[in-house]
Amino acid sequence: MSVTGQSQNRMDVTFATLKEKGETALIPFLTVGDPDPQTTVDVIMELEAAGANILELGVPYSDPLADGPVIQRASQRALTHRVTIDTCLHVAKQARERGSQMPFVLFTYYNPILQYGLDRFFEELQRNDISGMIIPDLPIEESEEMRARSRAAGVSLVPLVAPTSHERIASILNGAQGFVYCVSSLGVTGERTSFHSNVEQFIKSVQASTDLPVAVGFGISSHEQVKQFSAFCDGVVVGSAIVRQIESQIPLLTDPARKADGLQQIHQFVADLKGTR
Amino acid sequence: MKILPDAKGRFGDFGGRYVPETLMNALIELEDAYRQYAEDPEFQEELNYLLKEYSGRETPLYYAERLTEQLGGPKIYLKREDLNHTGAHKINNAIGQGLLAKRTGKQKVIAETGAGQHGVATATVAALLGLECKVFMGEEDIKRQQLNVFRMNMLGAEVVPVTSGTRTLKDAGNEALRYWVSNVDDTFYILGSAVGPHPYPMMVRNFQRIIGDETRRQILEKENRLPHTVVAAIGGGSNAIGMFYPFIGDEAVRLIGVEAAGRGIDTPLHAATMSLGTKGVFQGSMSYLLQDEYGQVQEAHSISAGLDYPGVGPEHSYLKDIERAQYVPITDAEAIDALKLLCRTEGIIPALESAHAIAHTVKLAKEMTPDQLLVVCLSGRGDKDVESIMRYEQEGSL
Repeated sequence: MSVTGQSQNRMDVTFATLKEKGETALIPFLTVGDPDPQTTVDVIMELEAAGANILELGVPYSDPLADGPVIQRASQRALTHRVTIDTCLHVAKQARERGSQMPFVLFTYYNPILQYGLDRFFEELQRNDISGMIIPDLPIEESEEMRARSRAAGVSLVPLVAPTSHERIASILNGAQGFVYCVSSLGVTGERTSFHSNVEQFIKSVQASTDLPVAVGFGISSHEQVKQFSAFCDGVVVGSAIVRQIESQIPLLTDPARKADGLQQIHQFVADLKGTR
Repeated sequence: MKILPDAKGRFGDFGGRYVPETLMNALIELEDAYRQYAEDPEFQEELNYLLKEYSGRETPLYYAERLTEQLGGPKIYLKREDLNHTGAHKINNAIGQGLLAKRTGKQKVIAETGAGQHGVATATVAALLGLECKVFMGEEDIKRQQLNVFRMNMLGAEVVPVTSGTRTLKDAGNEALRYWVSNVDDTFYILGSAVGPHPYPMMVRNFQRIIGDETRRQILEKENRLPHTVVAAIGGGSNAIGMFYPFIGDEAVRLIGVEAAGRGIDTPLHAATMSLGTKGVFQGSMSYLLQDEYGQVQEAHSISAGLDYPGVGPEHSYLKDIERAQYVPITDAEAIDALKLLCRTEGIIPALESAHAIAHTVKLAKEMTPDQLLVVCLSGRGDKDVESIMRYEQEGSL
C-alpha cells in the first residue's frame, strides 16, 4: 500500500524485510540530549551496531505525563541543554551522515509540535528522513488534522492502543500507518515485572483487526520479556530500561577518556536484550 | 446562547481531550455517568442535601458597607464562599464528584492539590462518604502548607509527596494523572479546578455554578437589579467560572477575572496566564498557557499557592477571546494590601487567592459610582495563609 507517490517509507521496508526473515524488530527508545546531543549521536550508532532495528527519538518535555520517573529524569537532564525539536532532527541527521540505516520515529508530546508549527514540522520530518511519530497525548478524537498531514507527507502517525481501548480499537486502526503500538499494561512508561493479565489475548485481538505490523511496549526491560513478546509480535519497544542504562553510564559517557567504555556497556545491554551477543 | 462545550468538549478553539489512549474510555464513561446523574432527581436531591446540611449553603451575599464607604465607589457585595465547610468553594465540587465516584462504584479517589484547599475538601468528602483517598501534593507545597497536610492526614487521607518537576501544583496534577492511568479500573480522579480533559472543565463549572446562581438570585432579592460588575480571582478558574457562568447571558454585567502577577508581569516571577500566555496544550486541554517558544511549560509564581499555576481553564480562554470577560493581573504586594484592608474594614480574613479579587475591586472603585453594584467572589478564608503572610512580612522587613 503506497502513499501518494512518495518513495516507500523506510520503516515499512524494515518491517517487511524482518518479516521475510521471520524476525521481530527491536525498537529502543532514548531521550535526545541525555546526557547531551553529541553523545546521543554516538549512542544511536552503538544501538544500531548492537542490533536495534528501529529507533524512537524522544523529544524532551517539561510535563511528560505518560512517562514514569526514569524518562522524566532523562527529559530534565536533556532540557538543561535546551534540547528542542530542531535539536532532535539535527541529531537524526548527524546519525544518518555517520551511516545509520535505521528508521527513526519521533516520540513527542503534542504541545512542542503545535508551537513549532505544523507546516514546518512536516517539512522538516521529510527533509530529515524521519519515518514516523508517536504522540502519546493525541488520541484519535484530536488527531484528524495530524493524520491527514501525515498521510500527505508519507510520515506515519503511529497509533497507540491500550488494554482499555476495547471498542475504540477499530476506529483507531482505521487508516492507520506504520505500525500499531500496543501498550502492554495500564500506566506510564517504566520497567515492570508483570503485564496486564490478558496481554497476549489483547495483542492478538489487535493483530486480528489490522494488516499493519504490531509492536508492544511499556515496561519491557529484559531479554526474557523481549523473547516472550517476540514470539507473537512484529516489534518490541524497550524504553525506560535503555534510558536507565544510559543514565547509569553518564559518568563514563561524559568523560572523554572513558566514553568508549560507556558506549560498550550500552552496546552489550542491547545485545543481551536481543540475545545476539 | 450556544451551549458549550460542544460534543468534543470544545469551547471555541479551547478544551478537548489531550490524554493518553489508556484514559480515553474512562473519560467517556465519566462523561456519560455525569450526564446521567446531572438529570437524576435522586442524585440532585442528595447533592443539594449535602450542600445545605453539610457545607452550610446557601452562603450569604454580604453587603460590605465599611469597605464600600472607605473606597467611595460602587456598592460592594461579597459572596461568602469562605463560610463553606472547609473554608472555600472547593467543597462544592468535591461533594459533587465524590457522590459521582460513589454512584459509579469507585471506592478509591485521588486528587491534586496546591495550597491544600482542594486536598482538604476531597479528604473531607472521602471521609464523609467512606472512600479511600490519596492526595498528590508537591514537596515544595508540603513544606509551605504543613497544617493542611496534617489536616488531610487527620481526615484519613494519604498525602503523596510529588518530587518531579517544579514540585508544586503543576506537577501534583501530572502525578495524579499518571497515577490515574495506572489505576483507572478502580479509581476516580476528583479534579479540583475547571481545567483538564473534557468533561472536567464542564463538570467542575456545573458543580460550581451554584455560586453564581445564588448570587444572581440574592442580588435581585436585595437590589432588584443585576450587578454592574462581577469580580473573581482566577488560577485554574473554578470559583470564577462558577460565579460568571449564570451571568454570561446578561450582557450588561461586566465579568472580570483577576490573575496573579506575582512580583509583577514585567518580571519572570508571575502566574499571569491570561496576560502573557499563548495557546497550547497542557494537562489534557487546549487553553492559554505560560510556555516558552518551544512549548515547554514555564514555572508560575504567586504568593498564593492556589493561583500559582501556568495554565487556565479552557472556558476562560474562550470568554477572553470572545471578549465576554476581561482578565487582569494583580501583584503579591497589591493582594497583601487588599487582604489587610478587608481584615480591618470588615473583620474578614480572606484567602490570598480572594485577596487578589479584592485588590482589583480597590482599583475599580476609583472609576465607579455609588449607584453601581459590584460583587466580589470571596472564594475562601485566609486562616491557611496566616503563616505565609507572616513570612512575607518578615522577609519584607529584613
